[in-house]
Amino acid sequence: MANSEFDTIAAISTPVGEGGISIIRISGDEAIEVAKKLYHGSKDLAKVATNTINYGHIVDPDSGTEVDEVMVSIMRAPHTYTREDVVEINCHGGLLATNRILQLTLSHGARLAEPGEFTKRAFLNGRLDLSQSEAVMDLIRAKTDKSMKVALNQLDGDLSRLIKALRKDILDVLAQVEVNIDYPEYDAVEEMTTKMLKEKAQEVQQRIQALLKTAKQGKVLRDGLATAIIGRPNVGKSSLLNTLLHEDKAIVTNVAGTTRDVIEEYVNVEGVPLKLIDTAGIRHTEDTVEKIGVERSRQAIDTADLVLLLIDSSNPLTDEDRDLIKLTAGKPRIVILNKTDLENKIDLDELGQLINGDRIIKTSIVEHQGMEELGEAISHMFFDEGIESSQNTVMVTNARHIGLLHQANDALNDVLSGIAAGMPVDLVQIDMTRCWELLGEITGDSYQDELLDQLFSQFCLGK
Amino acid sequence: MQISQGKPFDAGSFDVIIVGAGHAGSEAALAAARMGNKTLLLTISLEMVAFMPCNPSVGGPAKGIVVREIDALGGEMGHNIDKTYVQMRMLNTGKGPAVRALRAQADKHAYHRAMKQTMEETPNLTLRQATVDQLVVEDGACKGVITNTGARYFAKAVVLATGTAARGKIIIGELMYESGPNNTQSATKLSENLEELGFDLQRFKTGTPPRINGNTIDYSVTEEQPGDEKPHHFSFDTPDSQYISVSDQISCWLTYTNPTTHQIIRDNLDRAPMFTGVIEGVGPRYCPSIEDKIVRFADKDRHQVFLEPEGRDTDEWYVDGMSTSMPEEIQEKMLHSVKGLEHAKLMRPGYAIEYDVVAPYQLHPTLETKLIKNLFTAGQTNGTSGYEEAAGQGLIAGINAGLRAQGKGPFVLKRSDAYIGVMIDDLVTKGTKEPYRLLTSRAEYRLILRHDNADLRLMEKGHAIGLVSDERLAKMEHKKALVEAEIARLKKIRIKPANEAANNLIEAHGDNPLKDAIAAADFLKRPYVDYQTLMELIPDPDEPLSREVIEQVEIQLKYEGYIKKEEVKVERLKRMEAKKIPADLDYSAIDGLATEGRQKLEKIRPETLAQASRISGVNPADLAILSVYLRQGRLAKLKD
Repeated sequence: MANSEFDTIAAISTPVGEGGISIIRISGDEAIEVAKKLYHGSKDLAKVATNTINYGHIVDPDSGTEVDEVMVSIMRAPHTYTREDVVEINCHGGLLATNRILQLTLSHGARLAEPGEFTKRAFLNGRLDLSQSEAVMDLIRAKTDKSMKVALNQLDGDLSRLIKALRKDILDVLAQVEVNIDYPEYDAVEEMTTKMLKEKAQEVQQRIQALLKTAKQGKVLRDGLATAIIGRPNVGKSSLLNTLLHEDKAIVTNVAGTTRDVIEEYVNVEGVPLKLIDTAGIRHTEDTVEKIGVERSRQAIDTADLVLLLIDSSNPLTDEDRDLIKLTAGKPRIVILNKTDLENKIDLDELGQLINGDRIIKTSIVEHQGMEELGEAISHMFFDEGIESSQNTVMVTNARHIGLLHQANDALNDVLSGIAAGMPVDLVQIDMTRCWELLGEITGDSYQDELLDQLFSQFCLGK
Repeated sequence: MQISQGKPFDAGSFDVIIVGAGHAGSEAALAAARMGNKTLLLTISLEMVAFMPCNPSVGGPAKGIVVREIDALGGEMGHNIDKTYVQMRMLNTGKGPAVRALRAQADKHAYHRAMKQTMEETPNLTLRQATVDQLVVEDGACKGVITNTGARYFAKAVVLATGTAARGKIIIGELMYESGPNNTQSATKLSENLEELGFDLQRFKTGTPPRINGNTIDYSVTEEQPGDEKPHHFSFDTPDSQYISVSDQISCWLTYTNPTTHQIIRDNLDRAPMFTGVIEGVGPRYCPSIEDKIVRFADKDRHQVFLEPEGRDTDEWYVDGMSTSMPEEIQEKMLHSVKGLEHAKLMRPGYAIEYDVVAPYQLHPTLETKLIKNLFTAGQTNGTSGYEEAAGQGLIAGINAGLRAQGKGPFVLKRSDAYIGVMIDDLVTKGTKEPYRLLTSRAEYRLILRHDNADLRLMEKGHAIGLVSDERLAKMEHKKALVEAEIARLKKIRIKPANEAANNLIEAHGDNPLKDAIAAADFLKRPYVDYQTLMELIPDPDEPLSREVIEQVEIQLKYEGYIKKEEVKVERLKRMEAKKIPADLDYSAIDGLATEGRQKLEKIRPETLAQASRISGVNPADLAILSVYLRQGRLAKLKD
C-alpha cells in the first residue's frame, strides 16, 4: 500500500554527524505509543503532560539492550509543528546510536518520513499559511528528486538483485496459494500446505536476517565499532590501547567530544574499524590508580558494541574482576588474559565457567604476544568468515532499507507464529504477502498486477 | 443486420431505462423498480432474460461472495439460483473462512424463467423486446433512448448493459458473422452512437465450449463430482429445509484431454482464428480456449474437462474446459478423442465472440459515465466477464440510476465494504486490458470480505436504499445480537485447570496442561477446538443457536487477531478516502506534478486521495503535491 499521510513518521532531524546531540523526531497519531515502546524511564510517556522533557533510556524491546541515554520531549497535538502528536528523542549522538534509535522507531510502528514530510504535514494541518504553500511544494519536489537520486545510489545493484530474487521466490509461493484458492479444482498444481509455507518462510527469513547482519557490518565499516576496553587498574588497558594505536598509526584520529570529556579514537584492526570508547578514561584511571572500575566502566559498556575485557593472569581473580565479568555478560565480548609472560596464577576452570564459553585470547601485550590472535578474533566475530569474504558481501546501509527489512522479518515471524497456531494457509499468507510488499518498497516495485501476471503465466488456468 | 428503420414516435416516459436484460440488466431493473422508480427494461430478445450463454453455474471463489453481497443488498441473484440449482458445492472447505466458496450448477432454462417471472411480477417494471439504436442526449445529459422500431422513450436515467451484443461477432473456424450471444441479434448502431458521443471503446473477446448430448457420454470412464450432503444456500432468506438432497441433485463428471486431442489441435492451428489473426479482441487469460492452453503450455499432456448438465429438462451438456473457436469438424474430432466422449454427439459448436466495451476508466464509481450525465453502464459493457461480476455492477448501476431519478445522492461501496467495491474501484481506477474477472487475490481485505458475513456487512446499506425490508433487517439484527451475546458469554466463562474434560482434550492433542484458568473464547482459538467441542466443556447457551450464528462466533473468535489487523488497515484507509478531490480540478494548474502523474490523474480524475494513490504512475511526490494543492485551494477559498 502506498504511504499514507496518516502514518506515523520518523526521521533524524539534526544534521548527521554534526554536533553532540542528535534528535529523532516522530510525528503522528501513534508517535507517543512508538516512543513508549522504546523508552525506559520513571515516567509513563502516555500519561505525561504535553511539552515535558523526560529523562530515560532507549532500550531495544526485542533484545533488552540499552541503546542510549536520552531526553524525550512529548508535545501533544494540536500545538506542535505538525499539529500532530510529536515526540523528539534527544540522544548523545554518534551515528551509531542515532541510527539505531531511528531504526527502532521504524520497526515499532513508524515509517521513515518522506523528504519534506514534516513541513508538508504542518501545512496540511493548517500550521502554515497560503504564502508558504508554494515553498512547501518546491521543497517536496526538490527534496524528492534529491532523495530519489540518493536512494538509487544506495540501492546498489547487488542488493537490488538479492531483494528481487527474494521477492520472486515469495511470489512463487503466493501464486501457488492463490491458485489453490481461486482454482480449487485445478489439479496440476500441488496444494500448498502450511508445512511447505513454513519451510519457505524460514528460508526467506534466513536470507533476510543475513542481509540485516550485513546491515550491522555495513554500519560497522562506516561508523566504527564502538569498543570498550575494560579491566581493573593495572591490568594492561593502557598498553593495549597504545599497542592498537601504535600498530595502526595511519588512520588514528582524535575526535574530541563537545559536551563531555570523552575522547574517541579510531583504529583499524584486521579491516574492522574500531571506535575506542573513553580512551581518556583509560589513561586517566591507569595514571592515578584511583579506585574506580565499576561505575566508570558501566557507562562505557553501555554504549559499546564490543567489549575487550582484560584480566591479569599473573594474579588470582579478584572480586572486581568478577563484577566486571558479570557487567559485561550479554555483550559481544572477548576476554583477554594478559601478562602470560609472568607465572599463571589464575584458576582457568573458574574463569571458563564465569565467562560462559566466550572466547579467551592469551596475550602478553608488553611482549607483543597474542595481538594477531586478538585481531583475528575481532574480525571473526563480525565477519564470521573473516574480512575477505565480507568485502564481497552485499551491505545494507540505508536506514529506510534496514527498517523495511526489519519489518519484513517481523512479517515472517507472524507467518511462523500463525502456522504454529494452526491457522489455515490463506490466513498465514496475509503476512507472507506483507513481507513481499515490504521488500517491494525497497526496490520500488510493489505492484499488485505482478501476482496476477505470475498466476496466469505459470499456471494453465480456467475451464 | 437491420435493413430499414422504424418511423419515429414518442413511446412514453420513465424514471429509469435499462438496456439489456442479462445478469447486469436484470439486477439493475429490479433494483430501480423496487426503489419505487417507474422502470423500463429493453432487451433484444425476451428469451435471453438472465440467460447463461456460457457455463451453467453460479458462484465459486470470489464470485460466490459477490452473490451473497448482491443478496444482502437486496438483489435477486441469490434467490434466483436457490430456486433453480441442480447441484450445490462448497469449495475450499479445507482453507480459512475468507476463501470458502459456494458454487451451484444452474438449470439454465429454469434460471431464465424464474428471473423473467420475478420481473414480470414486479410492480413499476415494464419488460419490452426492442433493440436500442441510439441515446437521446441533450446538454451533455442522457434523456432517453430510441429503438429500432422508432420508439422514443424518455427517462431521468439510463443504464446500458448490452453485454456481448454490442457489435458482437461470432467466429467458428473460417466462419464469421454478426451476432450477439447464442445466435441472437447483435446491436451495431448503439456502438456507433457511443463512438460519435466521444466514448473510448475497446474490443474484447470471449468464448464458449461445444454442447453435447448427455445420452451419448460414457460416464463410466469419467469421475463423478457430486454435490454436498450438508445444506447450503446463497440467499439469507432460504431455509436449510429447502435444500435439495444430494440424491436429487445432478452430478458433474470429470475427464481429461490427452496427447491425441492436443495433436489434433496442433495439426489444425492454421485454421484456428485465435492464431490466424482473425480475432482482434483481447481474450481473458484466466479463461483461455483449449487451443490457447495447448500452445502456451505445450509441456502439459492433459487438461481437465468437466462435464456439466445444462438443466433438468434438457440433455444438453456443457463441456467445461474446452472453450474453442476451431472449425466445427475439428471440434468434433477433438471431442471424440477425449475419454468418455468417443461417441458424443455435438449439438452446438463452441465459438469465440468479439464485442465492444466502454473502457471503464471513463466511469465514476457510481458507474455513471463521466462524459454523459445520467448515463450508467454495467456488466460486460464495462469490460468484465462473468455473470456474478455483471450482476454486482448491474445492482450498483440500477441503484444509482434509481437514486438519480429520485434526486438523491450516490451509493458507492468501498474496497473494504465488498468485493463489488473492489471490482468497481479496480475498473474505474485502473481500467482493464482484458475481460476482468474477480479473484480473491484482488481484494486486500479478504478476511473481512467473507461470504459468511455479507449479510452483516451490507444489509443495513441495502435497507437504507430501500431494497431490504424492515422485517429482513430485523432478522439480520437478531442474528447479529445472538452472535455478540454468545461471544460475550464465551469471553466471560473461564475454563479452570480442574476441568477434567478440558484436560482430557488437551492431553489427547499433546498440548501443555492448563496452568491458570482460561477464557472459553481463548480456548476456542486452539486449532483442535471448535464450537461443538467447546460446548462439551462448558454449559450450553440459554437457547440453542443456529448453524449460521455458531459459524459467526467461531470465525470471529478464532481469527480475531487477523481480523483486527485488517480492521486497523481499513481504518487508516478511511481517512484517505475522506479526502475528496473536486471533480473539476485543473491538474495542469498544479506546478510540480510529474508528467506521467498529471496525465494519469487527468484521465482517471480520482474522487479521493485514496483512489489517486491506487493509480499506477502516480508517485508519492505527486500525491504529496496534490494534497498540498488541495489544502491551498481551501485556504484560498477561505480568503475570498
